[in-house]
Amino acid sequence: MTGWLLFGAFVLTNALIYGILALGLNTQYGLAGQANFGFVALFAAGAFATTLAVLPPPDSPEYVGTYEIGFGLPWGAALLVAAATAGGVALLMGLVCLRLGGHYLAMVTFAMAQVFASFLANEEWITKGQFGISPVPQPLRDQVDEASTYIYLYLGLAAVVTLVAYILAERAGRSPFGRVLRGIREDEVAARTLGKAAGAFKLKAFVLGGVLAGLAGAVWVGSIGAVHVGQFIPVVTFNVWLAVLLGGVGNNRGVLLGALLLVLIRESTRFLEGVPFLADLAASNASFLPSLRYVIIGLALILVVRFAPQGVLPERLRKRVQPDLTADESAPVEPVQVKA
Amino acid sequence: MNALLEVREVRKAFGGVKAVNGATFTVAPGSITGLIGPNGAGKTTTFDLISGRTACDGGTVQFDGKNVTGNPIHKLSCAGLVRTFQIPRAFQRMTAWENLLFSGTNHPGEGFWAGLISTGSSRRREKEVAAQADEVLTFLEIDHIANLSAGSLSGGQRKLLELGRALMRDPKLIMLDEPFAGVAPALTGKIAQKLVELREQGMTIVLVEHDLETVMRLVDHLVVMHMGAVLVAGDPSVVRTDERVLEAYLGGAHV
Repeated sequence: MTGWLLFGAFVLTNALIYGILALGLNTQYGLAGQANFGFVALFAAGAFATTLAVLPPPDSPEYVGTYEIGFGLPWGAALLVAAATAGGVALLMGLVCLRLGGHYLAMVTFAMAQVFASFLANEEWITKGQFGISPVPQPLRDQVDEASTYIYLYLGLAAVVTLVAYILAERAGRSPFGRVLRGIREDEVAARTLGKAAGAFKLKAFVLGGVLAGLAGAVWVGSIGAVHVGQFIPVVTFNVWLAVLLGGVGNNRGVLLGALLLVLIRESTRFLEGVPFLADLAASNASFLPSLRYVIIGLALILVVRFAPQGVLPERLRKRVQPDLTADESAPVEPVQVKA
Repeated sequence: MNALLEVREVRKAFGGVKAVNGATFTVAPGSITGLIGPNGAGKTTTFDLISGRTACDGGTVQFDGKNVTGNPIHKLSCAGLVRTFQIPRAFQRMTAWENLLFSGTNHPGEGFWAGLISTGSSRRREKEVAAQADEVLTFLEIDHIANLSAGSLSGGQRKLLELGRALMRDPKLIMLDEPFAGVAPALTGKIAQKLVELREQGMTIVLVEHDLETVMRLVDHLVVMHMGAVLVAGDPSVVRTDERVLEAYLGGAHV
């Protein structure tokens, strides 16, 4: 039983990390309409920034391993460093790419993420390249003895960061600032015609999305206490996109739900071999079940696109707040149409 | 009286096509000026050049006493020159109400931090902008569409919404690109009437239009374009009988 609970806590932590990522992409794409297909680069920037920030310095007694840089900062500061670094990478990415739109933006951001991945793989003084860095000190790890208790504690920590990310994304989206971004998303030329300097707004949204991805990177590193360049491959970007599309583009609660659904579908398909009929089929073909997992995820996406194209929780229209309810009552009743 | 808008010898070529080839005209404050001409005369390109959407190859645009040639479109909008488009560019997945609020001027809450923490000045301005949007809805008689998504509106309602968005900018000059195109006849009259009311309030309007009947009744001043240049400009009653205009419109047939 405790095994299941632990597994559940671990899955939920993962869902929260994907949830923070989805909030970040939703800020860039759902709110500002900028299709970033290199989102994983921002996640990676946050993860490595966190790692370098919390690692004990090489000359300290806690030093283990072969890495070259460590600042020994507390985790609270590391979160800020991760947010700032990923925000900075997003700023550079945005400065280069954001004059492009639509498919062009998607392609160039994808390519930039690949460039960034090569950079991380080759700059071994930062990342230790293919060796990776392990162990990375985990937050509050010394507060509990049991490894299993720590998983629950960490779930709580991840939930707190998710809440902060949600509040940031939601408040930005609801503000007049967010309204300008939604207008730019709908029609950039019209937005400019109505006096809004679209370029600067898009850049700010891009940076905010990067900041959120950076937080996700920090939570990711803390959850496993290790980091490796191979964790930041394009499929992570696609998963975040899936979460946003499943949940509902432009709806922050929706994308959190989308991240949960995505992780649940992915993890639950681990148990396909327990299904008797499928187990027989899998016996003759080792790659059958792993392939079937992708089929199921793909099928889920097709079903969503077919039956709920705007996601499980679509973006809500923002209506006029009724200024005066009494005025409404005294308004003349709509005349009833009488047939001639 | 000094002209509010002075367009002098503006030129724009797309490859070998001289879309606008030295167009010159002025717009007096408080007037409705019509810009007409056969298809391909360069009317919309002229609009694009004036409003800063397209860069001029040559010539100057003076607005409100300042040289604004080549200014970016959002700066011109902030200076008080707002345009609409032939095919309305409504923010479709936003309510008509939000379309109007979007256009509010000088909103501190549009800054990232001020918006995020919702400062007092941001909330005050939001109230003012909302009150202004209410006025615009009432003036244009489109109160009933406030909470509909702009994507669900009819062509005519979108034209009115675009006009409303322009009015939210407190403009000195509104440039309307075919405000009556694709609008149901009943709504055409209403839009025309609103434009007359706006002029009475002192607004200056320039419009491109194909529907000559409506234009003739509406405008104080007519500018006829042909082959990228201004053919004739003047009082509508004089222009409509001008031989050159008839020739441009009827393809050289002499009446």
